[in-house]
Amino acid sequence: MEIIMTGLASILFGAGIYNLLQKQLLRIVVGTVLISHGAHLYFLTMAQLKRGAPPLVVDGVTEYADPLPQALVLTAIVIAFGVTSFLLVLAYRTYTLNKTDNMEELRGSDHE
Amino acid sequence: MNNLIFLPIVLPLIASVIAAFFPKKLNFSRKFSQITSVILTIMTAALTWHVLTNGTIVVQSGGWDAPFGISIVGDGLSMILVMTTYIIGTAAVFYAPSVLDKQQESFYFYAFYFLLISGVAGAFMTGDLFNLFVFFEVLLIASYGLIVLGNGKVQLRESMKYVMFNVFSSMLFVTAIAFIYAITGTVNFAQLAERVEYVGQEGILTTVAIILFFVFAVKAAVFPLYYWLPNSYVVPNAVVSALFGALLTKVGIYSILRVFTLIFVHDTGVTHQIFIWLAMFTMIFGVIGALSTNNVKLIITYNIIPAVGFMLMGIGLYTEDAIAGSVYYLMHDMVIKGALFFLIGALIVAAGTKDLRQMSGVIQKFPLLGWIFFVASLILAGVPPFSGFIGKILLLRGGLEQEEFLLVIVALISSLLILFSMMRIFIRGFWGDLMENISDDRKRVRNLTIPGVVLVSISIFLGVGAEAVYPHVESIANMLMDRTEYISSVLKE
Repeated sequence: MEIIMTGLASILFGAGIYNLLQKQLLRIVVGTVLISHGAHLYFLTMAQLKRGAPPLVVDGVTEYADPLPQALVLTAIVIAFGVTSFLLVLAYRTYTLNKTDNMEELRGSDHE
Repeated sequence: MNNLIFLPIVLPLIASVIAAFFPKKLNFSRKFSQITSVILTIMTAALTWHVLTNGTIVVQSGGWDAPFGISIVGDGLSMILVMTTYIIGTAAVFYAPSVLDKQQESFYFYAFYFLLISGVAGAFMTGDLFNLFVFFEVLLIASYGLIVLGNGKVQLRESMKYVMFNVFSSMLFVTAIAFIYAITGTVNFAQLAERVEYVGQEGILTTVAIILFFVFAVKAAVFPLYYWLPNSYVVPNAVVSALFGALLTKVGIYSILRVFTLIFVHDTGVTHQIFIWLAMFTMIFGVIGALSTNNVKLIITYNIIPAVGFMLMGIGLYTEDAIAGSVYYLMHDMVIKGALFFLIGALIVAAGTKDLRQMSGVIQKFPLLGWIFFVASLILAGVPPFSGFIGKILLLRGGLEQEEFLLVIVALISSLLILFSMMRIFIRGFWGDLMENISDDRKRVRNLTIPGVVLVSISIFLGVGAEAVYPHVESIANMLMDRTEYISSVLKE
């Protein structure tokens, strides 16, 4: 199971980086989203996908799932969600002000 | 008493929420921010003094003991840096009303400012790798809010790159934490240090260490990952650039310092040797950038990069002298970069242009600004008896002890070139005939100069009063090299 999940995470990483290297702004934003999904999936996988009981203290249960990575990933997902929504707004504003969403045309060394 | 160590993180967060409710009431939010910052600075100074005299304070949040709960660790290094952060923040809040226009100020500047301070203080004080990531995000989100303040065309263009670069490196940070958690089963700094020592730092752990270094190097602007920095730091308002230049890259350097003096220290032949080479290139390329432009603000921005090289050099050398030098340089550089960005903001207002070729004779009308800028340039370049000199001499002594002669030569040449790049501004911009369209607003320029004067005098104290400061820095370096004190104070063994 871990192997499959790691493979899936690496596919997400690959697709994300491919999109990150594109010229269109929206594709780049999608790329960062894919990479963050890959990272979160990878985090859960790295802590072993245990088939134990929920992490509650109950008599007679010895196999627990590890609660720490779940808590950590939840935090990371919330952060990634917030940053992505900000990034979308920023990309839109950049597009409306600069009249282009092509990264090649968003270069330059003129500083107001 | 111990729980007070939370205050430098929690109080600015509360202040940020309060400031967010009154964005349009400028008079209120100015007074509120200034008074709160001063009170917080005094309080942090008292806390810092307490830590320096009585030893490290560790608080486990939620009452869960160390490896399970999140530890907040106020050791000497953290507290000194938090105090410096607050001093710069206070100066910035007094500088802001004169340099921001009313619209920018009312778009939540003070709310983001407090959030940034809270994030930086948290990143300095946390004792947990994942919590470090969270505080990195807090300060980055605040910085995203600040960098787009003003909504200019070029500004948004460069902000976009800044945000994308940081989002990518944050995701890499999460991945690196996943690796570390998979190998060691913990994210607590102290327990990580113990376990890495226990299993021996083998190939895989060194690889993870390098990935972690990559993440911090992006934030700290180490060669070859600094190319996002100059353009994105030069576009926002002067006060925002000052906060970024003084605080953000230093958080990256602090993280490198903490992780590579506490956790990954068993394979210095690989990791620390890489730092030495990167430090050398960082110094050279930063200084070349500073010499390549006529935009005064861009010159100062490029000067952030060689300073990062100097601090990385100390971490790479990894002797007690060199680490002490890095810590001293870290403090010095935060203060002086803040001061220089303030003064450059004042210069741009006074001259009405950023282009060095169109400036001349500013000192005839604004002598205080001119001379303070001159002193600040000397401090930056490391001319004795100022604070840059103390840091550099410790670093160079460490370099000579380790017989890294090439590194020492590069460091000396780049200091000389830093002085040259600063003197270029002084000679071309301040000397000569009085330019025609110079500003008449003496009051505004004076208001912009005073925060710079305060920071420069603190920096002079760091240099002239080295006798008083150095023993503390030495004991901090001692503690960083020794490691056991940190580990045992967190894990309570």
